[in-house]
Amino acid sequence: MSTASMAFSKSLSAYFAGIKSALLSVFSIVLMGTYVGMGALAHDVGLSSGWLAVSTVLVWAAPAQLIMISGFGTGATLFEVALAVTLSATRLFPMVVALLPLLRVPGTRIRDMLLPTHFTSISMWVESLRLLPTVAREHRIAFCNGLSSGYMGTAVTFGFVGYYLAAGLPPLLAGVLLFLTPMSFFLSTVRNARMMIDKLSLVLGLILGPLLAYWEVQLDLMWTGIIGGSVAYAVHRVREATQ
Amino acid sequence: MKAAVVEWGPYLVLILVGFLPNELWRAVGLLTARGLSEDSELVIWSRTVATALLAGVIAKLILFSSGELANIPVAVRIAAAACAFATYLTINRSVFAGVIAGEVALLLGGFLFAH
Repeated sequence: MSTASMAFSKSLSAYFAGIKSALLSVFSIVLMGTYVGMGALAHDVGLSSGWLAVSTVLVWAAPAQLIMISGFGTGATLFEVALAVTLSATRLFPMVVALLPLLRVPGTRIRDMLLPTHFTSISMWVESLRLLPTVAREHRIAFCNGLSSGYMGTAVTFGFVGYYLAAGLPPLLAGVLLFLTPMSFFLSTVRNARMMIDKLSLVLGLILGPLLAYWEVQLDLMWTGIIGGSVAYAVHRVREATQ
Repeated sequence: MKAAVVEWGPYLVLILVGFLPNELWRAVGLLTARGLSEDSELVIWSRTVATALLAGVIAKLILFSSGELANIPVAVRIAAAACAFATYLTINRSVFAGVIAGEVALLLGGFLFAH
């Protein structure tokens, strides 16, 4: 086998290893629950199931999709919905900045980064930060794309399931499905927070998030991130300087 | 939104109010991350901001729930989250076991106390 085709086959196996990690992780169950709910909502506001699938692939962010789809059911203007979507999407910025340097090798072109950038979402970000250190650097992009394809495929599939099941979920079961998202994000973020700086960011965010929301601070989540993250970062710097 | 959907079609609306305003932040991230190494200070700070923000989202989802989850009392939701955390710590740091325990606790609590 030539060197080029060997590299390709290694990338391909990294891609499939990514898909496998996605399907075996707790997030695929979460995505099933989330997108069953999303499908039911899309059905209720009168959108087509094809539209939902396209929106999952293009937007690939459950909060933004929720805002958009519920916007169809209300009298909100296009501008209001677009603004709410872009505010919910600010979280993607620090995630992309923290993720991409883990994927880069010398010679990586910006176009190789386009797919991982688009694929960045909470589940993919949390799992990538955990798993990438175990993946050889030159195969990380392929692995990440596989991981995300697995998640996206699951989300699209279960969007259809929810759409056609739409009515008839018992309320308590619907509540249990909604609880999957915060539970899995919570525990997997705890699992990822091995260093003091990450633990502190996590604890500060858990406290500040509801507090700022309760005080009705504008852009509460953005401030939670900036204040909580910066305090954790400052504490980390002071500790490094004094050690 | 309804009038715009009728006038422009649902797919154009999807691009305008869904795809573009959402993708913007990923694109800004891509441009910012160019040339940064994983242990550069900006990348470490971004990780702490993203982690704190994500934690804020989690806490809000549990405390200020929407939809059917809001019908289950907040004390039950908090107790279920505590149950999930305790199980995670006890059973070999397994996220899967923790999530199952939290869901079972929520189901039981919801069955007993839902409005």
